[in-house]
Amino acid sequence: MSTLLSTLIMGLSLGAIYSLMAVALILVWRSTRVVNFAQAGQAVLSTYIGLEIHRMTGSYWLAILLSIIFGGVLGGLIDLALVRPLLRRAGSGPEAAVAPVIATLGLLAVLQGVSGMLWGGELINFPSAFSTAGLSIGGSKIPFSAFDLFTVGASLAVMLAFSFIFQRTGLGLSMRAAAFSPEVAQLAGVRTGRVRTIGWSFAGAAGGLAGVLITPTTFLAPNSLDLLLVFGFTAAVVGGLESMIGGALGGLALGFGLALVLQYAGSSYTFMTAFVVLLAVLLLRPQGLIGKRSGRRV
Amino acid sequence: MLRIDSLTTDHGQVRAVDRVSFRAEVGSCTAVIGANGAGKSSLLRTLSGLVKATSGSASWGDVDLLKLPTSEIVRHGVAHVPEGRSVIAELSVEENLTLGALWRGKDPDVAVTKSEVLDLFPRLGERLKQGADSLSGGERQMLAIGRALMARPKLLLLDEPSLGLAPIVIEQIFHTIDTMRKATGLTVVLVEQNAVSALGIANHAIVLSLGKIVASGEANAIASDESLRHAYLGY
Repeated sequence: MSTLLSTLIMGLSLGAIYSLMAVALILVWRSTRVVNFAQAGQAVLSTYIGLEIHRMTGSYWLAILLSIIFGGVLGGLIDLALVRPLLRRAGSGPEAAVAPVIATLGLLAVLQGVSGMLWGGELINFPSAFSTAGLSIGGSKIPFSAFDLFTVGASLAVMLAFSFIFQRTGLGLSMRAAAFSPEVAQLAGVRTGRVRTIGWSFAGAAGGLAGVLITPTTFLAPNSLDLLLVFGFTAAVVGGLESMIGGALGGLALGFGLALVLQYAGSSYTFMTAFVVLLAVLLLRPQGLIGKRSGRRV
Repeated sequence: MLRIDSLTTDHGQVRAVDRVSFRAEVGSCTAVIGANGAGKSSLLRTLSGLVKATSGSASWGDVDLLKLPTSEIVRHGVAHVPEGRSVIAELSVEENLTLGALWRGKDPDVAVTKSEVLDLFPRLGERLKQGADSLSGGERQMLAIGRALMARPKLLLLDEPSLGLAPIVIEQIFHTIDTMRKATGLTVVLVEQNAVSALGIANHAIVLSLGKIVASGEANAIASDESLRHAYLGY
């Protein structure tokens, strides 16, 4: 198999995880107009919880399930306890735009600090339910393991579930309406505060899953998901920040791109590349590469 | 009955609504007229909870409108169509309508309401799957009103439905509002700069200037008062 093809295959599972993170960030951005830096901390804490469940029960599936649930509950609590009071106090002035973002940065430090206090700072190996050794097709080994397949499948399932909820259910319609026009949504009877909390919750759950999926390859430490936050945010911006599909495609594109950089330039260049892509998109095409003129589509 | 007593609303340093008091009987249409900046929109926005009142009272039946958040007021039968053809452009026509009745949950009558709304505005029925952003100005206004009617309101607060529309479309929309009110016993509070059209379908009228009521009475009495017309209505 050619190196190029196997590199792209490797990019697929990376891209799937970036997509999850991008979708989580977009969910919060669309419902609250906040870039949630704490997303990495929430995902780390959720992943530690999963690890602890695995240590206690030995069940990978219970661990992954509880990571997702914990992520969802934590996300909802952050909105209720932190973001909602901040927005209420800030009103609609410039501080309403800045205060919650600064607060999420502070929260990131708190969540990572708490994780460090409870589990220490060293890298911990996280189990995976499937082999992380490359599958072989027709006698030749490819850089794509059974676990990668699970990663792509689980990410895809979450995206499909989200898109079903958004496009086909009343809850999804409320969430879209509240994101696009809170005033009209409220006049139509949508309890926009509650809907926003649900958005934070969905985002937290997706982040929890992303954490569990990426740690078998990166190991777990309190700040081990910082890069995932940067890559997820880059993917979200590439996709235009407003569109879930844009974010998912942005994540895949970034996965392929970074796999190529990893293969041909080395791992020390991936972070820099992501930043260059982020800056280039923000400067040249702030509506995103995939986003249309208005960029406000779901 | 809608009872408003000494209602006062401040918009920053500006007193937007100044000790306004009036009653609207069930099934009536009250026109609120006055120039731009007279406080007409602020009055409606206070009634639907979008802005907080400074003092005074406002109730619909036994519901205290000043105590409830916006999303709950519509559940008590009060629907507000704000100024500027307030549809959600990113949603389809059908989604905008569905949104208006979401809070009613699985109520089987929602389908009945929807067909009633589509009977009132047949053009929406032809465009259900289109994005709301593809509609003309008049169709958007129809959709905004249709969305409000999906809540099956008892009191409809309409803010400048004629704004920026062609005369023939204005006439059509006002005719629909009038017919619907007479057929269903809906109570309407109609805010308008277009006094002629509004007074044509209203029973009562109040004239606002700088937040205060400067005249009120039967709609045709207001319409035929020369001095009022010159001073406040500009025709």
